[in-house]
Amino acid sequence: MEILEFRFDSTPGARPNHPALCGVVGSGNLEILVQSGELPDCCQVHIKTSARGFGTTWQAVLGDFAASHAAGGTTIAINDMGATPAVVSLRLAQALAEYQGGAQ
Amino acid sequence: MNAPQHRQWDSLRQSRARRLERAASLGFGKEIPVDRIIDLLEAVIQPGDRVCLEGNNQKQADFLSESLADCDPARLHDLSLVQSVLALPSHVDLFERGLASRLDFSFSGPQGARLAKLVQQQRIEIGAIHTYLELFGRYFLDLTPNIALIAAQAADADGNLYLGPNTEDTPAIIEATAFKGGIVIAQVNERLDKLPRVDVPADWVDFTVLAPRPNYIEPLFTRDPAQITEVQVLMAMMAIKGIYAEYGVTRLNHGIGFDTAAIELLLPTYAADLGLKGKICTHWALNPHPTLIPAIESGFVQSVHSFGSEVGMEAYVAARSDVFFTGADGSMRSNRAFSQTAGLYACDMFIGSTLQMDLAGNSSTATLGRITGFGGAPNMGSDPHGRRHASPAWLKAGREAAGPNAIRGRKLVVQMVETFREHMAPVFVEELDAWKLQKTMGAELPPIMIYGDDVSHIVTEEGIANLLLCRTPEEREQAIRGVAGFTPVGMARDKHAVENLRDRGIIRRAEDLGIDPRQASRDLLAARSVKDLVRWSGGLYAPPSRFRNW
Repeated sequence: MEILEFRFDSTPGARPNHPALCGVVGSGNLEILVQSGELPDCCQVHIKTSARGFGTTWQAVLGDFAASHAAGGTTIAINDMGATPAVVSLRLAQALAEYQGGAQ
Repeated sequence: MNAPQHRQWDSLRQSRARRLERAASLGFGKEIPVDRIIDLLEAVIQPGDRVCLEGNNQKQADFLSESLADCDPARLHDLSLVQSVLALPSHVDLFERGLASRLDFSFSGPQGARLAKLVQQQRIEIGAIHTYLELFGRYFLDLTPNIALIAAQAADADGNLYLGPNTEDTPAIIEATAFKGGIVIAQVNERLDKLPRVDVPADWVDFTVLAPRPNYIEPLFTRDPAQITEVQVLMAMMAIKGIYAEYGVTRLNHGIGFDTAAIELLLPTYAADLGLKGKICTHWALNPHPTLIPAIESGFVQSVHSFGSEVGMEAYVAARSDVFFTGADGSMRSNRAFSQTAGLYACDMFIGSTLQMDLAGNSSTATLGRITGFGGAPNMGSDPHGRRHASPAWLKAGREAAGPNAIRGRKLVVQMVETFREHMAPVFVEELDAWKLQKTMGAELPPIMIYGDDVSHIVTEEGIANLLLCRTPEEREQAIRGVAGFTPVGMARDKHAVENLRDRGIIRRAEDLGIDPRQASRDLLAARSVKDLVRWSGGLYAPPSRFRNW
């Protein structure tokens, strides 16, 4: 188990009151909880992962997500069981879309 | 003028006659008793012969292969194998026991690791790794078999053969062997007084043996929908919307794998919602993939010609003869050579997967420690310069590559991969393992499956790269890096250049295609389990037991 904390600048987005939960904690998968954060132009991320030693990859995946989405004003909690970057990126996009709502 | 040299012009025929005499002197007629097969093989095969042991990735002449491996290496040695696959343990035994020394083949699949070891120990000489059609071609030029050991469903008393749904390579092998002085021996699953249909006439067949058990068939093309991931659903959505729909791809081949199985299962749902029924995926060169059943039942598919059959699909295929090619007896007729020809010349698109891809788009499934070969991919994943007929997809691709005045079209050759394989092994690499393998194999060329200049599109979870629109090698490299995700190759992208390619539509992300990531869910699959496939088939599909969990 490894615990990682990151903070990225990100364009402020909608900040509804209800958190959104996406994914499951299973092998090669992860669970993401998105909720309202303290800083409107920041995305804070807290990760618990079973796979040690991938801090640089997490930083790259999350940095890319924060740069390409309006994720400012969110706090994101992740429970990971060895998801690939592909799964992480998809889940992040799904969780944020779920959180911010809007038509599918 | 010199007098013409005396030369014997029928040495092959005479050699054949001597071999048949040796068999006759041991009391053999056309039907060989199962316990005397080794005597027959030792009588008719000679050291140095070229031998084709029929087998491909589906049906295998496994009894004949094991019998040959049990022959005395003091009598049979230096055999040269010319065959589609090296897939059975007994195939490798032939080299380990000193019967065979040289191999020309297409695919080794499960024996890839053992093969690599033999190569490193220099106990095997590999002529070349071919694509199937190329190897068949060489059967009729410089690699004609002296001996063909083949698998058939049934024989009658005269030696006529019925091949059943899995015709596969048999016609090509027998044609080359029987008409060039060779000997054809068939293992059969049953002897019948009257065959359902005659696939091979008796006078092309020298001996038949009733095998102690039916020939092995691998259900290679069965993919359990339960294992399809949401990332694969996302990639399938991008492929359908960004490639199938844009080019109007009607005639195509899919590789094996969950990525393309996901596409098959999105046709009745996602593609139908996009109004694409009748506009894409109507004509196929494809094995009867169980995951295609929902698309067939939904009316997407007009015609399927197959390389081989698939275990469990027999009754379904027989009941859908408007779609599949079937014989007068009702059962499927497959033929690898003809289906590969269709894949080369009559398909507008090939889409498949790979294990490694470099920055020029070259791809290979040969990785260090495993020589797996390529099967049909190099053939179907190539742009044939002999093609002359036009189609909208082919013309559009050709014009994207060479401008509006292009004098020919282009086949769409699509590589669909997640950027990381299992154990976080990156698919995108600076240098293919194939180059190191070339050295260990002592080969003239690295074992590249699909050449980069044939690839038109790359689909990953990060998006689609259209290589047809790239104008320089540098653009091509950045287009590949731009969909290579968080692999080291992807992280080393020139971000500015990649954004420029995105502005020009050379790279397109899911959001550029108007795809909502929330839709990328397994709920979008027309079938989510093997049981769903059985239901779609009206109970006609009978999956092998290993795919049944109910």
